[in-house]
Amino acid sequence: MAKITLDNLAHSYLPNPMGEDDYALKALNHVWADGEAYALLGASGCGKSTLLNIISGLLHPSQGRILFNDHDVTNAPTAQRNIAQVFQFPVVYDTMTVRDNLAFPLRNRGAEATYIADRVQKIARMIGMETELDKKARGLTADAKQKISLGRGMVREDVNALLFDEPLTVIDPHMKWELRTQLKSLHHEFGHTMIYVTHDQTEALTFADKVVVMYDGGVVQVGTPQELFERPAHTFVGYFIGSPGMNLLDARVNGNMAVIDGAEIPLGAGYKPVSGKVQIGVRPEFTHLTNGNDGLESKCAGSRTWAATKSCARIFSEMKSTSSPKKALKLAQI
Amino acid sequence: MEKTVNQKAWFLILPVLILVAFSAVIPLMTVVNYSVQDTFGNNKFFWAGLEWFEELLHSDRIHDALGRQIIFSAIILAIEVPLGVFVALNMPKKGFWASVCLVLMSLPLLIPWNVVGTIWQVFGRVDIGLLGYALDKAGVSYNYTQDSVAAWVTVIVMDVWHWTSLVALLAYAGLQSIPDAYYQAAKIDQANRWKVFRFIELPKMQGVLMIAILLRFMDSFMIYTEPFVVTGGGPGNATTFLSIDLVKMALGQFDLGPAAAFSIMYYLVILLISWVFYTVMTNLDKRDGV
Repeated sequence: MAKITLDNLAHSYLPNPMGEDDYALKALNHVWADGEAYALLGASGCGKSTLLNIISGLLHPSQGRILFNDHDVTNAPTAQRNIAQVFQFPVVYDTMTVRDNLAFPLRNRGAEATYIADRVQKIARMIGMETELDKKARGLTADAKQKISLGRGMVREDVNALLFDEPLTVIDPHMKWELRTQLKSLHHEFGHTMIYVTHDQTEALTFADKVVVMYDGGVVQVGTPQELFERPAHTFVGYFIGSPGMNLLDARVNGNMAVIDGAEIPLGAGYKPVSGKVQIGVRPEFTHLTNGNDGLESKCAGSRTWAATKSCARIFSEMKSTSSPKKALKLAQI
Repeated sequence: MEKTVNQKAWFLILPVLILVAFSAVIPLMTVVNYSVQDTFGNNKFFWAGLEWFEELLHSDRIHDALGRQIIFSAIILAIEVPLGVFVALNMPKKGFWASVCLVLMSLPLLIPWNVVGTIWQVFGRVDIGLLGYALDKAGVSYNYTQDSVAAWVTVIVMDVWHWTSLVALLAYAGLQSIPDAYYQAAKIDQANRWKVFRFIELPKMQGVLMIAILLRFMDSFMIYTEPFVVTGGGPGNATTFLSIDLVKMALGQFDLGPAAAFSIMYYLVILLISWVFYTVMTNLDKRDGV
């Protein structure tokens, strides 16, 4: 188990990256605390798997350092990092039995036979596969294979971190929930540092203590599921988290009043004047229909009016920042 | 839905029936017909029953040819399968050189068989052939027209040259279908190169290798053109394989009866061995699955 520090880490798949757009993973500083369960959430192609493969050492970063417990492992090969990784598609050694699969990493590291037998038994109990130890791995179902992959990772006692790369993609829906619950209880019991990559917000929000949201190669917010839901730091977090996502409405803000489409909406607090493009994000969960003159008039498919209430409306301001050529999104708040 | 009965529909399958009859059924039945008859010429035949089959079963000539054939196929498989797998493992996985390798590998497969035979016939000649001349100058006694060992070596090396590509290409296709995650997992599990081969690559190649072995077995068991062009079955009968012997019997000696019986037995042997082979392989597969 280890604390994992990413120090100014970035990666590009091109040999000579020119601009920021050439980077699959933009410069990033982050500390994964020891023993926490993280979810790495983002749309496909945002750099999640790249980050994961850099941590596990399958990819060498273009720049920056990775530290495990303040020990630099940037140039260490995968085997020396002692991490476990579960992949999107179940990886098992088809011709081996479940027992041999679980014993494989230990045998390769030259562990003693009695110790191996003991560990395998323990792990089999942990993942609930004691009765299937002598079956060939080939004939098992996808979720059983995924459990074996997990078990192969956990069979080493000194494993630094458990990495999951969208591990439930090929699992049947009813098994997904069960496996996720099992993972959570394993985390409670053994306290491994876990990083769980997914593009499924339900998986991320139910699995993790902390969710790291990635967008376009960068981390846009780190927080608990509740923080992400209630206080998104980026419009992407606003519409990616929640189902359906946040409504974003162009607005002008005057102190504690917002003007949307000519209608004045009182806000819960007063805000400093903001410049640039301003949008108000409203979670659909916090809106309701009303007959009065309050709120926002709008025509829906059924030509009814709906209104946004003020309580949870948050203001986003897209400001042109001088430090970064990219649009910086900043939360304006008093 | 109500089906309309219209007996004229039989005419629709008539073309196929005629085609198959003329291309397969009638020629095969002619062979069967010959195999149970004898003739003294003048196109007059009389019933001989299973006489030819009995005679062939006790014929030393057939036994020897069969023995040579089995040894030949065994050597071919023992060389080409491991070599093909080895080549496939060392081919580049992607990029420009992968394409170059694929094209180079498929070249020998595109050469007509008698041309392959001619190439090696000339290549091995002591007077003008590059190989034969070089070996001769190097002091190695090599003359495939006189020495049966040299003839065997030539025929086998020629077949390896011609057909290893097929095994390599099939094995390469099998390797390409392995997802990267397997190799990454192996790295994490600290598996060495041999274990990656033994537990990941070999099991994933099993299916295509089975096809490769089956194809190479059938082809080598029926081999005719290449050794015939190079050695003509000689020296003596040293490289007279079953099909060469069969042609000698049928066209050389014009023994239609025995040759027909021989053909049928030859066909049955290939069918039988292929079936046994296939059944054993698929059963192994099933047993593993449980």
